[in-house]
Amino acid sequence: MTTNGLRKYHAAVWDEPLVMEMGAPGRRGQLFPVDEPDLDGVVGDTSDLIPESLRRGRPADLPELSEPEVLRHYLHLSQEVLGMMGISLFGTCTMKYNPRVTEALTRQPFVAETHPDQDVETLQGTLEVIHGLDRMLRDLTGMDQFVFQPGGGADAAFLHATVTRAYHEARGDLAQRREIITTVQAHPCNPATAAAAGFDVINLPLEEKGYASVEALRAAASERTAALMVNNPDDIGIYNPHIKEWVDIVHSVGGLCFYDTANFNGVMGRIRARDLGFDACMMMLHKTFGAPKAGGGPAVGAYGCSEELAPYLTAPVVVKGDDGAFAIRVPEHAGSTQVREYLGNIPVIIKAYSWLRALGAAGVKEAADLSLLANNYMETRLLRIPGVSKGLPHLDEYRMEMTRYSLGELTEETGVTTVDVANRMVDYGVDAFWMSHEPWFIPEPFTPEAGEMWSVEDLDYWIDVIAAICEEARTDPELVKTAPHNQPIHRVVGSGLDDPDRWATTWRAYRRKNGLEG
Amino acid sequence: MNRAHPYMANSTEETKKHMLNAIGAATVDELFEQIPDEHVTTRRFELPEPLVSEVELKRHMTGVLGKNEHCEDNLSFLGGGTWQHHVPAICDEIWTRSEFLTSVWGTGSSDLGRNQAWFEFASQLGELVGMEFVGLPVYSWGAAVGHSMRMATRMTGRGRVLVPALMDPQRLDVARTYAGFPEQEGHIEIAHVGYDPATGRLDLADLDSRLDDGVAAVYFENPAYLGVIEDRAAEIARMARAAGAETIVGVDPTSLGVIVPPSDYGADIAVGTTQPLGIHMNGGGGVGGFIATRDEERYAREYPTLQVSLTDTTHEGERAFGLALFQQSSYGSREDGKDWTGNSVYLWAIANAAYMSVLGPAGFEELGGAILRRSHYAARRLAAVPGVSLPWPTGFFKEFVVGFDGTGIPVAEINRRLRDHGIFGGRDLSSDFPDLGQSALYCVTEVHSRADIDRLTAALEEVTR
Repeated sequence: MTTNGLRKYHAAVWDEPLVMEMGAPGRRGQLFPVDEPDLDGVVGDTSDLIPESLRRGRPADLPELSEPEVLRHYLHLSQEVLGMMGISLFGTCTMKYNPRVTEALTRQPFVAETHPDQDVETLQGTLEVIHGLDRMLRDLTGMDQFVFQPGGGADAAFLHATVTRAYHEARGDLAQRREIITTVQAHPCNPATAAAAGFDVINLPLEEKGYASVEALRAAASERTAALMVNNPDDIGIYNPHIKEWVDIVHSVGGLCFYDTANFNGVMGRIRARDLGFDACMMMLHKTFGAPKAGGGPAVGAYGCSEELAPYLTAPVVVKGDDGAFAIRVPEHAGSTQVREYLGNIPVIIKAYSWLRALGAAGVKEAADLSLLANNYMETRLLRIPGVSKGLPHLDEYRMEMTRYSLGELTEETGVTTVDVANRMVDYGVDAFWMSHEPWFIPEPFTPEAGEMWSVEDLDYWIDVIAAICEEARTDPELVKTAPHNQPIHRVVGSGLDDPDRWATTWRAYRRKNGLEG
Repeated sequence: MNRAHPYMANSTEETKKHMLNAIGAATVDELFEQIPDEHVTTRRFELPEPLVSEVELKRHMTGVLGKNEHCEDNLSFLGGGTWQHHVPAICDEIWTRSEFLTSVWGTGSSDLGRNQAWFEFASQLGELVGMEFVGLPVYSWGAAVGHSMRMATRMTGRGRVLVPALMDPQRLDVARTYAGFPEQEGHIEIAHVGYDPATGRLDLADLDSRLDDGVAAVYFENPAYLGVIEDRAAEIARMARAAGAETIVGVDPTSLGVIVPPSDYGADIAVGTTQPLGIHMNGGGGVGGFIATRDEERYAREYPTLQVSLTDTTHEGERAFGLALFQQSSYGSREDGKDWTGNSVYLWAIANAAYMSVLGPAGFEELGGAILRRSHYAARRLAAVPGVSLPWPTGFFKEFVVGFDGTGIPVAEINRRLRDHGIFGGRDLSSDFPDLGQSALYCVTEVHSRADIDRLTAALEEVTR
């Protein structure tokens, strides 16, 4: 234990070289068959099988390593990753347990070694899972059709923007409906994918009650409105109680309504997107439904929509025949809303299905309950720490599954910022918190999300760490400002990351820019 | 008995009471006070009863998934977007490490290892394709085509992209989705370049006739979707450049131990797939894509991806990794950023990095050679089957078209019959490319032995007899 009663922790420090700097000429990590007279006798000299002008003469400048060297290198690197090895209350991402039973199952050949173009008769297991998950998500959201093609939440938002485009195009008013309305609190993927799909973006502002007013929406909605794309609750933990009215306003001018259900964890089992009037919604299977975040995918943004929008989906859909056999229906009007190849990230779909089968309706509701319980438990304790305040403190109702806080007071008093605190947390074996998506409208923000996985002892420890750091900020601010101290490297400065003479996304670029060639 | 759920530590009554007491609430329902009553569903959900024990859950899951057949208990020749390759065991050992599998976002210090692995992915891929600037992976090859087209249109201010007529229909559909509709500002027009029926390669006369000052980019693949190697790649790139257009080349990295990198023949942007680099097929869930270019501002400042760069720490000489040009991403600038980004296939990038470092230069050369020998051996054997013909029997890598018109039997029927032999025949091309008649795309890689190919040949002789 340390002097402040917290765990004595230090990350592994391997001082690991880059893989490109390792090994020795001639060393091998993987051999493939060579000198095969029984094949050569038929096909001749292998090099003659490539047109002369395209034969690779100079081998790729890759490292030359034995297999155990590669293994140990990446094991060392893995040990220099904190993440969920610590306590990660990473708000907006719903970090939860990833059951290892489905990790093991999806590595079996009956998943891993299937090809998507196999005859559907040979993929009945996969199709049954997809069909089953589709049905369960329909039940939870009220939507009429789910597809799993999007490779993440943002990709599902993009899919919605393209469905919006196809819907209005079919009505002949796409040229007129150029605007998608969102809010400054919405995840950046909503405005960004709307813009990428060719729409102008209207961002409604944050107002007194923690969301944009009905009046603001009414003023923005018009015959130019193509859609509304919005989260609810938002990342501050505020639920917009006027959301049905919002949907009605947008519908009344002919726009579509998309519910970015990234923050589903706190409302699952209670709120159904379709019941609120939404035309479509998105679920993150890699977060809310128990599949791992994996540092950024493989992921699935499950996209559900109404019967009216379903015809605009060009992703393949799994259907069940009268004989009980599953089939894949490929829509005919291809190419307008196809965001990725194939049916989706099958292992992630299986993990989500399995997670729902393990929980059932009662378990889903229990998880939502526990996530609100944990968040409000944390809030009670966090707000007792001098220097920590709640974002939008005048709104005193219980927050949903996460709360955005401010360290603004601490910064004013000590000069220690939220970035400093994030860098100090990791010294105690706690993963850095999420601060805030852009724009930052709460000063020095941080956004923990407790979820249902973490024990109350874990939550207490996490809070104790924040309390200890706030204390350090007063007694020894330099200690926090120069953190981390117990990690493999010191604080990343990141100079040169926007400088073309210095950035280097490959070792080759680094060597050239730093005169290390040859 | 109300038992605690194994995934939820706080699901005991005592803990809930403790937490409620600390909050000062009487019931959990109170905590949901923000939600108006009329928003709350009264539905009785139809979700199946939970399988609360792992033993029951596993039995159920195994029972369902066990209905699948797969490419290890069958002999498969399917490719065309997802390919069966040998996945070195250490790739799985590495990506399944919980530290990587469940990593979150973190700080540059506390997640150093993952960020370094990402940098090693980009660095090694850069060596294969001959490019110095490489982004973190995108969702798929199709997504990489879509983004790179959009990069090219922004760079050139032009609105048309030329693509091969013989392109993977799914990949093309994804590209079309990224292109938008003509009614919209910024829409990209996608036009096809025809092919030479004698070789399956791009028809350069047709390309020439389509190149003008409205063309932002020429996109082609090498090897092409149907396996043929574009031996006039340098000529295509030269023509594109002369017209002021960018050259975007899609490549299969497993070919790059034996085929020159696209940078050598004039590619400005290289894109392609990451799945063959140590990722299982996963029923199509193994796909991933990449974008790589020269390290020039003109390109770098159009990337929609996150990219990991070497950088510094507060201690001189200490190496770290940070996100280069973060501000132009959608995380940095929302709708004003370049396209958008989000969770992608970053875990696969770590497996890709392990794959490339375990193969090394000699491994890629041997891999390419093994694929060439096996696929060409298969082509020769199949060409000798009565009624079977190969329109382009040479000059291909890994995949080749097999025509069955001479047998009088549709591909679908042949593939159905092959299944009785435990064989998954090649992808049926007859509906996507009717000009090619009853034909299929056969994929042969290092996993196929001579005996496998002989078995396929014998089975085809039997089922077409």
